[in-house]
Amino acid sequence: MSRIKTLQDLFRRYRRPGDFVIAFLSFAFALFLAACLPFQITWVEGTALFAQPAFWPSVAIALMLVFSTLHMIGALVSERIPGRLAEVVQWIKAIEYGLWFMAYVFLVPVLGYLPATILFTVSLTFRLGYRGWKWSVMAALFAVVVVVLFKTFLHVKIPAGAAYDLLPAGSIRSFLLTYL
Amino acid sequence: MESLIGGLNLILSPEVGLALLVGSIGGVIIGAIPGVGAAVAIAILLPATFALEPIVGLTMLLGIYGSSMYGGSLPAVLINTPGTAVNALTTYDGHPMTKRGEALRALGLAYGASFVGGILSILALILLSPVLAKVAPMFGSREIFLAALLGVILVVIAHRGQTFAAGSLAAFGIFLGTVGLEPVKYTQRFTFGFEFLTSGVDLIVVVLGLFAISQAFVLLVDPDHAPKSQHVSGNMFKSMLGVFRHKRIASAGSGFGVLMGMIPGVGEFTAQFLTYTYAQKTSKTPEEFGKGSPEGLVASESANNAVPAAAMIPLLALGIPGEALTAMMLSVFYVHNVIPGPALFRDHLDFIYALYIAMILLNVIVVIFVGLSSNLLMKIIQIPTRFLGMTILTLSFVGVYSLRNSVTDCLLASAFGILGLILKRQNLPVVPIILGMVLGGIMEVKLRSAMARVNTPLDFVDRPIAALLAIAIVALLVLHVWGIMRERKARDPEFSHDHDIHDSQQG
Repeated sequence: MSRIKTLQDLFRRYRRPGDFVIAFLSFAFALFLAACLPFQITWVEGTALFAQPAFWPSVAIALMLVFSTLHMIGALVSERIPGRLAEVVQWIKAIEYGLWFMAYVFLVPVLGYLPATILFTVSLTFRLGYRGWKWSVMAALFAVVVVVLFKTFLHVKIPAGAAYDLLPAGSIRSFLLTYL
Repeated sequence: MESLIGGLNLILSPEVGLALLVGSIGGVIIGAIPGVGAAVAIAILLPATFALEPIVGLTMLLGIYGSSMYGGSLPAVLINTPGTAVNALTTYDGHPMTKRGEALRALGLAYGASFVGGILSILALILLSPVLAKVAPMFGSREIFLAALLGVILVVIAHRGQTFAAGSLAAFGIFLGTVGLEPVKYTQRFTFGFEFLTSGVDLIVVVLGLFAISQAFVLLVDPDHAPKSQHVSGNMFKSMLGVFRHKRIASAGSGFGVLMGMIPGVGEFTAQFLTYTYAQKTSKTPEEFGKGSPEGLVASESANNAVPAAAMIPLLALGIPGEALTAMMLSVFYVHNVIPGPALFRDHLDFIYALYIAMILLNVIVVIFVGLSSNLLMKIIQIPTRFLGMTILTLSFVGVYSLRNSVTDCLLASAFGILGLILKRQNLPVVPIILGMVLGGIMEVKLRSAMARVNTPLDFVDRPIAALLAIAIVALLVLHVWGIMRERKARDPEFSHDHDIHDSQQG
């Protein structure tokens, strides 16, 4: 690894495997948006061009098309860097964690913020390969700290869990409904 | 003077004090953990600050912004891993010093230089503010439009080698900002008939997805590793005083930091480069640079810490954020219906001073904290990366869900998380999307009002500042093209460059 020599170097970035895929995807997306242009915006009669509601989306999509076309041409004429498939597999792997996140989102209104968070952190920690009670305790402790900090102290807007309603009426239930 | 006292009054409240303490200490810890930077923390905390007074919320966010680089220099010096992107240059001279057994001296110099850079830049800006308050009202719609356009162009051409990708990402950002029910003629733009798209794509959702959730994904997908340990012993405060042997370089660093920080899109890297080059050119031992030169270390750390204060200038004076962090802070203003711009500088100079005083206090708190806790911090940052990913994902949930308890928002944020992961792994920047979204909205509004009084294209630039901005835009584009042509002629082999300099630019 050599050192930085010029100002340009500080800002320079280099292609990585998978560059062609992202170039192709962004070109296809720009093309799709351009195809939708006639249906998704309205040109209002009697309004100057720059005040048209359709002006900026059209400009943005035109620029997306131009730049992504150039990006794709650049990727096509550049030397292929091996490792494209392996890179795309990594992208797909990330979807699993997106699903974990969404499962957490669905669980919170049902189980309540604290139970759902503990369940999420402990089970995800296990899934990530951290075995042993020490890791589980750390994950659960982290969950408690997050809930106490954000819900109990900062009162961020997170609804109480439906499961709390199953508890017998009383001070414990109202405490849980308000703070955890 | 009155405004200065007014500013002091504004921040003398327990809430502001607490926000400052939490922001600055939290910022150091977050900055020190490789893989999480100020952007992740600010994105997560943003929705929580909406409920607070603007000055309290902004102080906390500014605290994180200003202190993260202090924290970032710790692993940069000790274990050759920059804690935040702008500490990359610090590793060049800081780590070789550690290897020579001068860890305490290197860390002391890094902290000392950060402190001097931070304080000098704030003092310079306090002195400059009355001037800025006079200049800011000269910015009408067309000047602000041109400044925003300049910001977009700068952020695109700043990503050399990936200009096309950066351009299409910035355009994507502009497009995202237009989605929804448009507020003037009430027409739908790219809502595809979906109810949830009518109110547009929320900037916070995009920010959380692109910065926080994507960073969690990056850490979760990659193999696990934990930063190694390194112990420092000795009196850190005494070591920090070593910076006064390099007063000239530290002052130059602050100067370049202030100048470059004010220009949208270029910020820390340019300031660092200019200071580093200046220090090397004027050094008695230029051959030492990159091999453990104290002067190089001071140059790098004083320049980057001078930027945050200056970066607030275009935001406060014109309402134009120059990079992602100030773009996020802009939303704090919007939520409270305070529109930053010339009027804020003219009518609420006390508010501006309050922010600067808060930044001075922040630097003092941080320097005391890092002076006492470097070894403790080294222990904290040894969290294994995948566990860290899990914690970021858990915290991101609070950010997205607490906005309006919307499952759709969470789904959108995860989608942007995946996009962010792809971009980060591809070494492509996420910042153009955010700046495109924010600056695109500003350009739309300002162009509409500016064009009402413009008959011929030349009318647009008939005022001095507008003309200057237009010339700057043209000159930049010409210089960029010229630079590329020159580079092609020189044909440097690709491997002669540091390919991974932007790797840590993830959080």
